[in-house]
Amino acid sequence: MSYQFDFSPLLTYWPELAAGIVQTLRISCIAMVAGLVLGIALTALRMSPSRPLRWLAVSYIELVRNTPFLVQIFFIFFGLPALGLRFDATQAAVLAMSLNCSAYAAEIVRGGVQAVPKGQVEAGRALGLGTADIYRFIVFRPAIRAIYPSLCSQFVLLMLNSSLVAAISAEELTYAAQMIDNRTFRSFEIFAVVGLLYLALSQCLSLVLAAIGRAYFSYPSK
Amino acid sequence: MIREFGFPELLFVLEGARWTILLSALAFVCGGALGLAVALARTARSRELRWGATVYIQIFQGTPLLIQLFFVFFGLPLLGLQLNVWLAVTIGLALHASGYLGEIWRGGIQAVPAGQVEAARALGLGYRSVMIDVVLPQALRISLPATVGFLVNLVKGTALAALLGLTEATRAGQLMSNITFEPLRVYSAVGLVYFAICLPLTLWSARLERRLLRRG
Repeated sequence: MSYQFDFSPLLTYWPELAAGIVQTLRISCIAMVAGLVLGIALTALRMSPSRPLRWLAVSYIELVRNTPFLVQIFFIFFGLPALGLRFDATQAAVLAMSLNCSAYAAEIVRGGVQAVPKGQVEAGRALGLGTADIYRFIVFRPAIRAIYPSLCSQFVLLMLNSSLVAAISAEELTYAAQMIDNRTFRSFEIFAVVGLLYLALSQCLSLVLAAIGRAYFSYPSK
Repeated sequence: MIREFGFPELLFVLEGARWTILLSALAFVCGGALGLAVALARTARSRELRWGATVYIQIFQGTPLLIQLFFVFFGLPLLGLQLNVWLAVTIGLALHASGYLGEIWRGGIQAVPAGQVEAARALGLGYRSVMIDVVLPQALRISLPATVGFLVNLVKGTALAALLGLTEATRAGQLMSNITFEPLRVYSAVGLVYFAICLPLTLWSARLERRLLRRG
C-alpha cells in the first residue's frame, strides 16, 4: 500500500468545516422545532372527530414515512416551482426536513397520547378543566415525557439525515466536505474526519437532549 | 427535443425500481449476516467483543449513511481497493444495515428469558446449540417487527445510491426529469413507486407487532 495519508487539507479548510457544522446544527434545530409542532398538529388532526381530516392526516404521515427523504427533497426543490412555490436551497432543505420530521413525530406523539389513561382525562374534566387545559396538562405533558426518548433518537436521525440536503447544494457539513474533496482529492481523510465530526455531533446532541429532558420532565411521576 | 413524461419514461423509472429492490435485497442479506455476528458479539461473554460491537454500532448509527457511502466509494479506492459503484454501494449499505440489525437483534436476544439459556445449558447444550436451537428462533420472532421496519428504511436508503450515479429508481427519476422538464410529475411518480414498495412492508411490520403484543 503506497498511499500517503495527509490530513493537512482539513486544517487549511477548517473554517469551511466549522461553518458547515454550525449550518447543520442550525437547520436541524429549526426542523426539530417545526417538525414537532407540525407533528403535534397532525396528531390532533388524526384524532379529530371528522373522518376526512383523520384520513388526510394518516395519508400524509404514511406518504412521508414510506418514501425516501432524498425524493422528498427533490420533489420540493425541483418539483414545487412548477406550482409557483420557489425556494432557495436552504429554505427547501429546512422545509423538507421539517415536513419529514413532522410525520415521524406525529407517529411517535400518537403513541404517547394513546398511553394516557382515559380516566385521567375524565378526572380532569370532572375538575372543571377546559379542553385546552386538559390537552396541555393531562395529555401532552405526560405524553411528551413518555415519548421523549423516542423523540430524541428521531431528532438525532434528523440531524444525520440533514446530510442529504447537500444533494441540492444547501450549505452544511456534507456540502463542505464535498467541496473540500473536489479541491484536494483527499477523499479518504475528508470523509473519515467528517464522519467522526457527525459522530461527535450526534453524541453531543443526544447528551444535550437528555439534559433538557431531565430539566423539564423531572417532576414527580407518582 | 423535449419529451413528455409518458409511459416509456414511467417504464424507465420502473426498471430503475428493479435495481432498487435488488440492491435492497443484497444489502439486507449481506448486512443481515454481518448484523448477526454483531448481535452475537454484542451479547458475548467476552468484554472485548461486547465493547468492539458497541463501538461498531455507535459508528454506523451515529454517522450519516451518505458519508458512509462516500467513504466507501471515494475513500477506499485511494487505498488501492478498486470498487465499481455496485460493489461500493452494496458494501456501504450492508455495513450500515449490519449496525442497525445488530442492535435490533441484540435487543431480541436479550429479551429471551435468561431461564431459557440456563435450562438449555443445564441440559448440556453448548453455545452453538443454545444459540441456534433455543435463543435465536425466539429472538428472531421478538425482533421480526423491528427487522421489517428497518427493511423499509433500507429500501429508502438505497435512494442515496443515486448520488453516486447508480441508476436505481431515484437516479432514473433524475434522468427523466432532466429530459422532460417535468420534475413535479416525475418525482411524484418516483415517490409513488417507493410508496408501493414500502407500504406493504410497513403494514406487515405493524401487523407483526400487534400479533406479538397480543401473544404477550
